Amino acid sequence: MSREAITALAALLVCVLTLAVGSFGLRISRTTSDFYVASRTVGPATNAAAISGEYLSAASFLGVAGLVMARGVDMLWYPVGWTAGYLVLLLFVAAPLRRSRAYTLPDFAEFRLESQPARTLASALGVLIAVLYLIPQFQGAGLTVHTLTGAPSWVGATAVALVVLLGVVAGGMRSITLVQAVQYWLKLAALLTPLAFLLLHHGGGAAGAAARLDATDWVEPMRGPHSLYLTYSLILATFLGTMGLPHVVVRFYTNRDGYAARRTTVAVLGLLSAFYLLPPVYGVLGRRYLSTISAGDPSDTAVLDLPGHVLHGTVADLLTAVLAAGAFAAFLSTSSGLVLSIAGVIGQDVLGRRFSGVAAFRISAAFGALATLALTVLSTGLAVAHSVELAFAVAASTFCPMLLLGIWWPGLTAAGAITGMSVGGTLSTAAVMVALFGHSYGGLGGAVLSQPALLTVPLAFATMVLVSVATTQPAHVARTMVRLHTPEAVAVDRGAFRPRNAD
Amino acid sequence: MSGSPTPPPQRVRVMAPPTRRPRRTTVPGEIDAQSAVGEVYMRSLIRSQLRLALGNLAILVVTVGALPLLFVLVPWLRHGRILGVPLAWLLLGVCCYPVIIGLGLRHVRRAERNERAFQDLVGGPQ
Repeated sequence: MSREAITALAALLVCVLTLAVGSFGLRISRTTSDFYVASRTVGPATNAAAISGEYLSAASFLGVAGLVMARGVDMLWYPVGWTAGYLVLLLFVAAPLRRSRAYTLPDFAEFRLESQPARTLASALGVLIAVLYLIPQFQGAGLTVHTLTGAPSWVGATAVALVVLLGVVAGGMRSITLVQAVQYWLKLAALLTPLAFLLLHHGGGAAGAAARLDATDWVEPMRGPHSLYLTYSLILATFLGTMGLPHVVVRFYTNRDGYAARRTTVAVLGLLSAFYLLPPVYGVLGRRYLSTISAGDPSDTAVLDLPGHVLHGTVADLLTAVLAAGAFAAFLSTSSGLVLSIAGVIGQDVLGRRFSGVAAFRISAAFGALATLALTVLSTGLAVAHSVELAFAVAASTFCPMLLLGIWWPGLTAAGAITGMSVGGTLSTAAVMVALFGHSYGGLGGAVLSQPALLTVPLAFATMVLVSVATTQPAHVARTMVRLHTPEAVAVDRGAFRPRNAD
Repeated sequence: MSGSPTPPPQRVRVMAPPTRRPRRTTVPGEIDAQSAVGEVYMRSLIRSQLRLALGNLAILVVTVGALPLLFVLVPWLRHGRILGVPLAWLLLGVCCYPVIIGLGLRHVRRAERNERAFQDLVGGPQ
């Protein structure tokens, strides 16, 4: 059997497995509540694996290795930032967000700010961030299928979109939770197995490997132009952006209570850390064995190319197939979570009044996935890890200040949150658009446009605080604070708010 | 003026003026009524949790967050090696993760301790 056939088979197997576990979930998810929140019966261990499985996307599985291979040690900030983002979420957001009983970020905005316009703005931003994050997943799928089989890239993107749709539409949250928990372990195994073979192989490396590995600007940190600005902007975007990703927030509702939310998050930190030790090793191996790379040009296919360049025969074919399976698990799990969150937002806010709960959920999932697929086919190619980072920058400039100030400062008002999210959202989205349409500028201005968070996040915070001080607080903010912070065991009045469609 | 003796003045019982405030003996009752006492309890809980979160964030910032600055300021950190492995790769690729996990564990333990203290204070179920 040829390598093309084996890898296609492996990818297909992952798709079938996803649908099979999903249909197992289908038999046990019947009510609207099952579709949206798995009726909150998921245990912390399963939930932590599901959160990690959902979070480890194409950028983690393929993008990091490619960036490390091309640009060196500074790129290690991506996985560090993506993990630290969960720590910041644990410190400030996990338990209060669960106790708010908000299912989505728009729910939280409506509950805390007592304002319909704030909810609408949060919905629009949530869909925007989810789509920005979804595009690189579909892109990665297209790229993988193209690299391994030579098929045009829309084939892979469409395949992933369809499998995700089938899974989400059929099973909703319950089946997705199970699928994603399985996919975390699948991804970890898919990186570990080939790595063992690659490290045991004693080869000399491609011509000029030693020189490439010793290049000063690759092996030493902070060597590039504006590296201090770029690194700290990346740190800010990833540390603060994680809490504002719509598919991350939805997961917290499936925890039983605030305590479980915290403990699940700590488990997630462990699972993410274990995974993120691996992609940089692939980057270094790529530097050593893949001579074809042009310096500074990140290659999202480095991980997939390695076994074929280092090993030979059936072993290489099988290991490539294992990696392809892991990559497909990454595309599928993250895309499922994103489509699910888009469906949650659109289903509640746009279609909720005209259709029954489950029907609205299914229609909006289909709409979200297909619209993004169209955008993916139309948009220009961008390194997968970088376009994911743009989603983080927008999330850090909008939802992060709304969540942090909303949870910890009773003074935040609807007017303040709306203006702050508008300022942060507009500026960061403008920078994102420049990057998406392929413009790049030199100098510090170009650096700011490519990583806007260091400017837009403080601006969003400042706007929110200033406008809030000048306007009046929501009427029930004291009761809201009680609900956000009081442990479940204390019997107090937590107010009447219930998220739409959740129970 | 001998006159008839005036009757002794009638006894009047003196009482505190009646208050509108219903009796609230429990702290949850005070919190529900959003009384000054209830506010104090809530503020102390939120303050203790916020202090904890900010403290852990500060540790994250001076350990992991200070690395880019340290790399710029201390040249040895940029090109030093331990057993042949570049120090910067070791710090970013491996050492950051135990710090992050450790901070997470520390936070959960202390946040739950704060909540237990609050529960004891307000007399929740033991």
